[in-house]
Amino acid sequence: MIPLSWYLIVATALFAIGLYGALSRRNAIAILMGIELMLNAVNINLVAFWRYLTPHRITGQAFAIFVFAVAAAEAAVGLALIISVYRNRDTVDVEKINLLKW
Amino acid sequence: MTVAKGVFLILSAVTLGSALAVVTQRNLFHAALFLILSFFGVAGLYVLLDAAFLAGIQVLIYIGAIAILIIFAVMLTRQMMRPVEPQVNLQWAWAAGLSFAFLALVLWVTLRIPWPEQVSVPVTAESITRLGQALMDPQQYVLPFEVASVLLFVALVGSVAIARERD
Repeated sequence: MIPLSWYLIVATALFAIGLYGALSRRNAIAILMGIELMLNAVNINLVAFWRYLTPHRITGQAFAIFVFAVAAAEAAVGLALIISVYRNRDTVDVEKINLLKW
Repeated sequence: MTVAKGVFLILSAVTLGSALAVVTQRNLFHAALFLILSFFGVAGLYVLLDAAFLAGIQVLIYIGAIAILIIFAVMLTRQMMRPVEPQVNLQWAWAAGLSFAFLALVLWVTLRIPWPEQVSVPVTAESITRLGQALMDPQQYVLPFEVASVLLFVALVGSVAIARERD
């Protein structure tokens, strides 16, 4: 069978890739894509731990379901914000949306 | 190298490879398509983990809703007549260093623990029944379930209020 550590390696690598995407991209939508990758990595971790350590309980899957719901809500609101910023500023480049920067 | 390990390696390669393409592609639409491919890879990993219901939910929600929403946003914020700008911001080197340091640190800490190599108990299809009952059981997760539905409602109303056309 597949050792649990393999799943953890894949989840950590996916999280690191999402982290790089969220921190290094200029376009706000690309940052949101990085955030979705991170949420997926967390879900893989949750389900892998559920399967290998506590398959008799359902907590891991329930937690993953709530992460799905929160990710969907946050993606909707984030994209609405981005569209609103685009209508007002005509850009989604985060280097240019800097009114609140010091 | 069993069949399961081979399938796992293919799915992981698809997931991680398309994730790398998501964070490096200049064309946002291509990045969104690679994101969909990555989500499919993650759904395959859920199937390997005997969480078939979660695999279905992953396809329905992430690919069917979130990725489509991202494509809508990409289309609505098209920047056609712009000069070509770099697709990384000013701190991309720090970001790369930080991500790599995070990966190295977490792997170093995680891989020192002797995790189990095999699954101990088979999981039957009645885990879906148990999940449904857990989400409705007052002793278990009905409260987070109701809060999550309120959250989704708030997100729905909020995003319509934020993104609608002002006359």
